[in-house]
Amino acid sequence: MTDKKTKYQEVAYYPGCALEGGGHAYNRSTKALGKKLGLKLKEVDNWNCCGAMEVKNIDPKLQTYLSSRVMSIAANKMGMDTVMAPCNGCYHNLKKAEYDLANDPESVEVVERLSKKSGHDTYQAGQVETIHALDWVKETIGEEGLKERVKNSLKDMKIANYYGCMYTRPRHIFPEKDQGPGSESTSKPHFMDDLLEAAGAENVEFPLKTACCGGAHTLSDSDTSTKLVLNILQAAEASGAEVIATECPTCHSGLEMHQIRAEATLGVKTNVKIIYFTQLLGMALGLKPKQVGLHENVSDSFAFVKEKGLA
Amino acid sequence: MPIHEKSLIRPENLHVQEQKEVEGVDVSGHWSTFIETRVVSDYNEALQEEIEALPGGENIHRCWQCGSCTNACTVHAINPEFNPRYWIYLIRMGMESELLRDKDIIWQCVSCNKCTYACPRDVVPEAVMKATAHWLELKGHTPKSHSTIFDEVFSEQVFETGKIEDGRTIKQYFKRTGQKFPPNWMVTMVLSLLRNLPVSLLTRMGLATLIAPKTSDWSKSREAIKEYVAEQEAHHRKALGLDELVRAAENEIQEARS
Repeated sequence: MTDKKTKYQEVAYYPGCALEGGGHAYNRSTKALGKKLGLKLKEVDNWNCCGAMEVKNIDPKLQTYLSSRVMSIAANKMGMDTVMAPCNGCYHNLKKAEYDLANDPESVEVVERLSKKSGHDTYQAGQVETIHALDWVKETIGEEGLKERVKNSLKDMKIANYYGCMYTRPRHIFPEKDQGPGSESTSKPHFMDDLLEAAGAENVEFPLKTACCGGAHTLSDSDTSTKLVLNILQAAEASGAEVIATECPTCHSGLEMHQIRAEATLGVKTNVKIIYFTQLLGMALGLKPKQVGLHENVSDSFAFVKEKGLA
Repeated sequence: MPIHEKSLIRPENLHVQEQKEVEGVDVSGHWSTFIETRVVSDYNEALQEEIEALPGGENIHRCWQCGSCTNACTVHAINPEFNPRYWIYLIRMGMESELLRDKDIIWQCVSCNKCTYACPRDVVPEAVMKATAHWLELKGHTPKSHSTIFDEVFSEQVFETGKIEDGRTIKQYFKRTGQKFPPNWMVTMVLSLLRNLPVSLLTRMGLATLIAPKTSDWSKSREAIKEYVAEQEAHHRKALGLDELVRAAENEIQEARS
């Protein structure tokens, strides 16, 4: 078996809908980071939505089908063995589909039927490995590699690392996690902490790493989402963080949106910055703020990154 | 790990008399507390089977009431009335009328999966909450929640084109729920975004709302998905006996008229 470092040098890239819309900054910064690190991304041909957090509520097996189509194209049309999805929603759904197709005969039956009718190869469990952008950078470059490449250290930057729900829960769809040293933890994830620390940042002790931002109901139950987000923002500030590093477009826009909404509806202002980890790493490696899409974030961090010597 | 208990004494069943004297003894206020008996007689013996027939509800029978779900629950932390353990209990007991007391908040589950992570019995409480919310809507106990409307708007677009465009989905959602669009806070948000965005990017985003992104060669998938959705809907109607319910209601109306 090839080691992960070699295997992940070239991966099928599944940006997903959010990264083509409101989360474009994450798309831009992920691509820029890959280019800077000499890693190859081949975008999945003619991909479709994974079903996000909505289609499962209409029917979970349709979500499995949608995700399986993406993996089928990567495996059967492009001949790839790894799919990298930076969006937590996409990553989670592909992982869930992989689990269901390996364990649930009914899901296999529905996916076979729909794939046949749609006229494409049925995805077979095990054809590809789905990884997150965090796994991708961690396994290929790693902390040592990053340390060698850092141009603008993130020194003096206090960061709260926020992973959200879908990167770790439920545990059974992530069989590679919680496997001892070197593996990711589902209760206290640390891959983002490790990478940002290697880039010079100071990670604060943040208790809400895997708390929920209410992303699923960000519009349909905004008051609940605002409460949940405000809790995260205030906890980050109380932990001494200047920045919340994110790795999910839904969490990221949720935090930005409800930071504004909390001020507008509850009169509570928070100043903590919200920046994608790919943006932070990109700037640490010498990319300009606009090259990592800082201008595409809703929250304004220009003055902040300038003050930290990154612009 | 604490198990969150549910008090079964409701405020309206507590009777306290300000002025009360019994055989010469003053029992005013607290001393005269009387709790009205709580009687449950209208069991729906098919309740658990009905929930099990809906997607997500399949494992409800596995629950052994440890309460780990409620203990882990994100929504419970901000609203103690939100209690998955208790609702699973009611469903398994067939206590439909008790369940209906909470019908307006069950849809609020945010799908954070903390319950599913904590559950030692693989009940998948998150999915059970979704199945229960659907059951309430299918049976006509609640109107479609805003969450369901959002799911539908979103899924319709995915089924139709294979992809999603945020702006279009959000606008359609506000329209279908009859809310003012855009809300004030969203205006503030867009204005702060405009501050830094170059014109080229704005044009691209503007174009995306006009020309929706699409997956090509999607028509066969679209047909296959629609066929599957229709098949599942028919299956759920049958499992919940919705056609009989509608027929019974129609008969009642007829009888009332004649």
